Amino acid sequence: MPSKAGARLMQGNEACAEGAMAAGLRFFAGYPITPSTEIAEELALLLPKAGGKFIQMEDEIASISAIIGASLAGAKAMTATSGPGFSLKQEGIGFASYTEVPCVIVNVQRVGPSTGVPTAPAQGDVMQARWGTHGDHPIVVLCPSSVAETFALIIEAFNISERWRMPVVFLMDEVVAHMREKVTVPDVSQIAVAERPRPQVSPEQYLPYAAGEDLVPPMADYGTGYRYHVTGLTHDQTGFPTTKRIEVDALTRRLDAKMRMAAPHVTFVDEILVDDAEVVVFAYGITARAASRAVRDARAQGLKAGLIKAKTLWPFPDEHVRKAAERARAIVVPEMNMGQLVREVERAAAGRARVVGLSRVDAEPITPDEILARLREV
Amino acid sequence: MAMPVSYYLRTSKMPHIWCAGCGHGIVLGAVLRAIDSLGLDKDQVCVVSGIGCASRAPGYLDFNTLHTTHGRAIAFATGIKMVKPEMKVIVLTGDGDAAAIGGNHLIHAARRNIGIATVCFNNSIYGMTNGQYSPMTPTGSYASTAPYGNIEEPFDLCDLVYAAGASYVARGSAYHAILLWKLIAKAIATDGFSFVEAITQCPTYYGRRNKMRSAVEMLKWQKEHGVTVAGAAKMPAEDLAGKFRIGELGARTRPEYTRRYAAIIDAAQRGEGGERDA
Ligand SMILES: Cc1ncc(C[n+]2csc(CCOP(=O)(O)OP(=O)(O)O)c2C)c(N)n1
Repeated sequence: MPSKAGARLMQGNEACAEGAMAAGLRFFAGYPITPSTEIAEELALLLPKAGGKFIQMEDEIASISAIIGASLAGAKAMTATSGPGFSLKQEGIGFASYTEVPCVIVNVQRVGPSTGVPTAPAQGDVMQARWGTHGDHPIVVLCPSSVAETFALIIEAFNISERWRMPVVFLMDEVVAHMREKVTVPDVSQIAVAERPRPQVSPEQYLPYAAGEDLVPPMADYGTGYRYHVTGLTHDQTGFPTTKRIEVDALTRRLDAKMRMAAPHVTFVDEILVDDAEVVVFAYGITARAASRAVRDARAQGLKAGLIKAKTLWPFPDEHVRKAAERARAIVVPEMNMGQLVREVERAAAGRARVVGLSRVDAEPITPDEILARLREV
Repeated sequence: MAMPVSYYLRTSKMPHIWCAGCGHGIVLGAVLRAIDSLGLDKDQVCVVSGIGCASRAPGYLDFNTLHTTHGRAIAFATGIKMVKPEMKVIVLTGDGDAAAIGGNHLIHAARRNIGIATVCFNNSIYGMTNGQYSPMTPTGSYASTAPYGNIEEPFDLCDLVYAAGASYVARGSAYHAILLWKLIAKAIATDGFSFVEAITQCPTYYGRRNKMRSAVEMLKWQKEHGVTVAGAAKMPAEDLAGKFRIGELGARTRPEYTRRYAAIIDAAQRGEGGERDA
């Protein structure tokens, strides 16, 4: 039950909640933490109106656990948190990844580590979002840079999660979460909503972890006659534990191959003035807003600058960086951390262009002038 | 009904992982007899567990089954019960799983009084990880991490869960298997959070270190130390030291959580309440 179509002033966190409802969210479990709390508050209000369920759990571990249970029972499910809570959720994220249970985990980044500056923005969780849980695992991480983008992108987060049966991390930052901007809510009929693949065979024939050509095994809801087993132990196609080397190997390789197959469908990148650019900024989240201004200012001053705005951080959009690196002499990577994605940019650029980081870690967003100055240097 | 226990088992997944003499199988048998006596539809039963020897049980059961992370079974079960309140959701857990790492989820589920039946297989030890002490290891007992004797006091789990708000709490043992079955049946039939502590034996890791070399000795210990609620009421306190009470320890009617939430949905859909800032 999405809110009424039309233009509205919304806060980023509100757009996240509204977008999730539009995507078909029916279960939310969370534990309050700044700067993500408004998402829970909004959903406590909206979910029951749509016949959905909201619960405030006793902690973040309980919250991620509850959404996985809810998803297995057939509901589109989400949790939202920030830094310290995101750390607590890691074991559960690994469980969802390995058992292929769709769910969306929102992390509104704040200054860390530890309690840090709870009310101030940072982009320090980019690597944790990718590798926070133990073990080799695929994951999709999306990152919006505006309130309108938050609304649209959280819908994609659900669609990816359901379509490909994987947890999706939605990595916001404090600025995007708390600022208010115009969002044009589309009519329900204009919103594409994906559903998880469900079994087309009888319970007797159902193999819960046997995948077809798209490498995604159909998923039955609990309570619909398919009495199957789900475990975080390494499992075979039947869903039961295995330690056979060939099966252990096969599971990790299938999940990796599934991610590769999904990659073109889950990679969202905006290229702005990149085609003829001599210098390119690679940015994400609120930093991409400053970068877009910096690029315009540079052009006004006669410097051919361009912007790669990544809305998908993982899988990393290698191809966009590789192509830009072929033409540009340098790529600047401003981040509100000591340099996390800059290393990925460097890897993808593979020496074709100079890659230069720009770090800001004083609890303030990076300004257009700072980026412009770096563009003029390189 | 009276189906054979095998009707509820995934016999193709046997042999099970439990050691010879382990009491977990007896407790599981009581769970299945309880389910059978209630005539539940297998499709509408969901069995959830954490990590440990006890938590391996769902893999052998022909229901909707979920083997989760250590201590979190009740939290996973909460999500399932909220989405499908019509299902019977049963949690099978060990004493470490339920009382140590999962202790917070246990008391909060009891406080909410959500309709989940929890059976705790209490073997007084961490079996899966080879015999470290748990929050249920008796004071003075030995464990691999209490080589000089355990100086901690165990919980009275039933008192804890009842004080937290559960609708039903009871205790049985592997020795008192028929009583245990009846208690579990009542727990599953409860409209609210219910908890049954099943005292069981781990000859491999608890018995060996604590001068009870065989399962038979450990079952005899259960027989001699279990006192019925009625019996305990008549006994002087000093005679009860070192004994454990068996039977129904608490039963009351309190509103069940998912029913309360259904009322919220009704109100929200009628447009009542739900103010942002009153
Ligand atoms: C987060 C986490 N910590 C620790 C472990 C290791 N571990 C596995 S089972 C277990 C204890 C199980 O004991 P209990 O719950 O009493 O069940 P039992 O094996 O005795 O049936 C521990 C500590 C784990 N799997 N996960």
